[in-house]
Amino acid sequence: MKAEIKEISVSEFFEKNRQLLGYDNKAKALLTIVKEGVDNALDACEEAGILPDIYVSVKEVENEKYEIRIRDNGPGIEKKQIPRVFGKLLYGSKFHRLKQSRGQQGIGISGAVLYSQLTSGEATVVKSSTGDGRTHVYKIKIDVKKNEPIILGEMISFGNVWHGVEIRLIAEGVYKEHKQSILEYLKRTAIINPHANIVFDSPKGRVVFKRATDKLPKEAKEIKIHLDGVEIGLLSRMLYETKARSLETFFTTEFSRIGKKTAIEICNKACIDCKAKPKELREDDIKKLMRAIKHVKLLRPPTDCLSPLGEDVIEAGLKKELNPEFVTAVSRFPSVYRGRPFQVEVGIAYGGSIKQAEIMRFANRVPLLYQQGECAITKSVFSIDWKRYGIQVNSGVISDPVVILVHILSVWVPFTSESKEAIGSYGVIIKEIKLALQDAARKLRLYLAGKRKREHIERKMRIFERYAGEIANSLYILTGVRKDEIYKMLVDLINSKVKGGEEGGHGEKEEVG
Amino acid sequence: MEKRKKLVELGLKVLNDIKNKKNPTIELPVRTLSNIYFDEKRRLIKIGNKFAKRSYLNIAFSRKFMQTLLVAAEAKKIIDEGVRISIRDLYYALKHTIGDTKENTFEEQSESDPIIEDLEAMLNLLREELNLNADRKGYMAGNIVLRDAGYEIDCSKMGSSGWAIPSNVEKDVIKFVKNEAEYVLVIEKDAVWQRLNEDKFWEKNNCIILTGKGQPARGARRLIHRLHHELKLPIYVLTDADPWGYYIYSVIKQGSINLSFLSERLGTPEAKFIGLTVDDVKEFGISKNVTIKLNENDRKRVKELMGYIWFKPREWQKELKEMLRVGYKLELEALSSKGIRFITKTYLPHKIENKEFLP
Repeated sequence: MKAEIKEISVSEFFEKNRQLLGYDNKAKALLTIVKEGVDNALDACEEAGILPDIYVSVKEVENEKYEIRIRDNGPGIEKKQIPRVFGKLLYGSKFHRLKQSRGQQGIGISGAVLYSQLTSGEATVVKSSTGDGRTHVYKIKIDVKKNEPIILGEMISFGNVWHGVEIRLIAEGVYKEHKQSILEYLKRTAIINPHANIVFDSPKGRVVFKRATDKLPKEAKEIKIHLDGVEIGLLSRMLYETKARSLETFFTTEFSRIGKKTAIEICNKACIDCKAKPKELREDDIKKLMRAIKHVKLLRPPTDCLSPLGEDVIEAGLKKELNPEFVTAVSRFPSVYRGRPFQVEVGIAYGGSIKQAEIMRFANRVPLLYQQGECAITKSVFSIDWKRYGIQVNSGVISDPVVILVHILSVWVPFTSESKEAIGSYGVIIKEIKLALQDAARKLRLYLAGKRKREHIERKMRIFERYAGEIANSLYILTGVRKDEIYKMLVDLINSKVKGGEEGGHGEKEEVG
Repeated sequence: MEKRKKLVELGLKVLNDIKNKKNPTIELPVRTLSNIYFDEKRRLIKIGNKFAKRSYLNIAFSRKFMQTLLVAAEAKKIIDEGVRISIRDLYYALKHTIGDTKENTFEEQSESDPIIEDLEAMLNLLREELNLNADRKGYMAGNIVLRDAGYEIDCSKMGSSGWAIPSNVEKDVIKFVKNEAEYVLVIEKDAVWQRLNEDKFWEKNNCIILTGKGQPARGARRLIHRLHHELKLPIYVLTDADPWGYYIYSVIKQGSINLSFLSERLGTPEAKFIGLTVDDVKEFGISKNVTIKLNENDRKRVKELMGYIWFKPREWQKELKEMLRVGYKLELEALSSKGIRFITKTYLPHKIENKEFLP
């Protein structure tokens, strides 16, 4: 028997391996669809400098079949791009660049279209307008074998002036409101994107996540790749594809922060002429170059390509959604892992409406809800001795009402898998997270110490006040001065002396004079 | 009235602190071992001059501060009304729940009693002068006639139980009318006192027998003091041969640490110790069977006594050392092993005649 050997398309591959895209089960599937839509909407709005207004609706149309609608007020997608953006996997603007954004692969939304078509048989309806008065409507499916869009219907409507994208899919799923739910995802999205307004019509009613700031995050800059993170395969391909005529120009134009001097130094260390044509290098030469790169001191990549939220925005997000009694945030300076800039921001919210401890993980402003245990963030949080910061820990679990938010942003977040659920445990990343958390925890400790001191003083005042009545009565019997007059003087005394911390000591022994 | 004035002054002082926006504070003499000294000349335990400050706005003392004023106010009230109440009455009169809390002004009488003592030390007044009485404790019989609250009492006609010593034995209540006794015998234990009373020991030996039933209350101590100082009667003390008995003797003689501020009125430095002593076992041929082995607690207490300055006399150091050496103690009842009347017929007459005393 002779096995038939065939090429498979990426769509076919994901049809069989849907868990890789986050469609492992019915509850998670709905969440993944919403997430892909909302992530895209937020990215699009921010790139166009628009404050996002996002509408999400999830409606059960038959048993375990849901209609999901996601609409934004972004710039819209040009007519000719629409079918491919939604009907072709790995088609997108984000894969080939190094820029901090929510999506980075170009699989997300077309993956949702594919899942919808596989579970409901229905086409996806996309409406888009760039604000020119024309709205393009497409009914799209994906040709799984060819990984190409199939257009089942196309329409233009005129007159309605708006811009943005609306997508409507029907898919199999289960709607739940537990920890890893659409509701929780949107709540966390609202925390980390306080500049967005999100309205959610869930099967159980409407939830509105109000905008808390009109400040749009600064746009992230695109950067070139840094030599530090380059592996031999990528280097070979880049050498083959480059337009540069010489090795020296190749290094100075294709990579971040490589000047003429460094380029020549690499060539010299590799014993290769720096005027050599990149396309003509042999495998041996490339190996020599790789070794040489390791021995050259490289400048760190620029970090202005990152767009942190900033401490005040994190605090605003935590405040508006969690209503805590105390909140603090720390933004670290950018750092670099494998030639890729990254930055850590953390926030800690304590008490108020918060009822139990929670870790909230984010990467490039996207909440991470799954694979908590595998994530560098979780590992970092648990490596900290929270007791030292005045937080109760019982058998390894934080028992105080504290929400710990960790946000990692990078031009390329090192997720452990394609479904983007956990961050890889690079030493330098864990170190940065820990430093940020310790810094924030110190502020919490100060707050808690102050609070405990205030509570202590209040407790003491209550005791003194409790005895004031008895003392006033006794002094009345002894001196004849009116009870209420003495009582008032005592209360004034407590307020002026104890509140200010001047009196109210608690010596073990009666002071000996 | 002096005592009333002192209470009002205390109230005015506290009120003044409050008016001047100062932390209201009561000063009182420290009544612990750290603030006593032994007056070698008067041979009394005396209180030193250390004062403690009891402040309202100090969380550790706020409650005691309040309690002190409550007791002072109650004392003034009963003085004004001209009544006397017991210290237990006072506890019940003052005990109540504070406001809408679950806290009581006093939880136990053991909380109010020391406050009364504080007030006595602070105002230099006896609780009896503050119209407060303690429970009666102690009995007396013998050839003496008293006037007690206006009634004449002949202590030789008190039958089997004797005359009960009241809490207040000051001159305004107890007057000595006629005395024929030659000395006073103070006995630690009531049961032994009853034995002596039944044998009419006081009649045969022309003396007064008195028991404090254990550690004598202040009334008994004050009475012993008055019998000695006013009637010039020698005081002889009979206790168990153990550190607790010895300490009872020392309190009668020199006063106590806790009430050191009252030693001048309660102590009788001329009192003498009759026994029992460790040597009595040998001297009177008492069987070893009736001795009791010292336990750890006894040994610890013996060593503590050896350290007190008023136990420094050579004879006492020798007695205490001897007790540790032989390792036993002896109860008064052990004398009965030599016959029920051994104590009245042999032991006491022998000791008193030969003046076999410890200082």
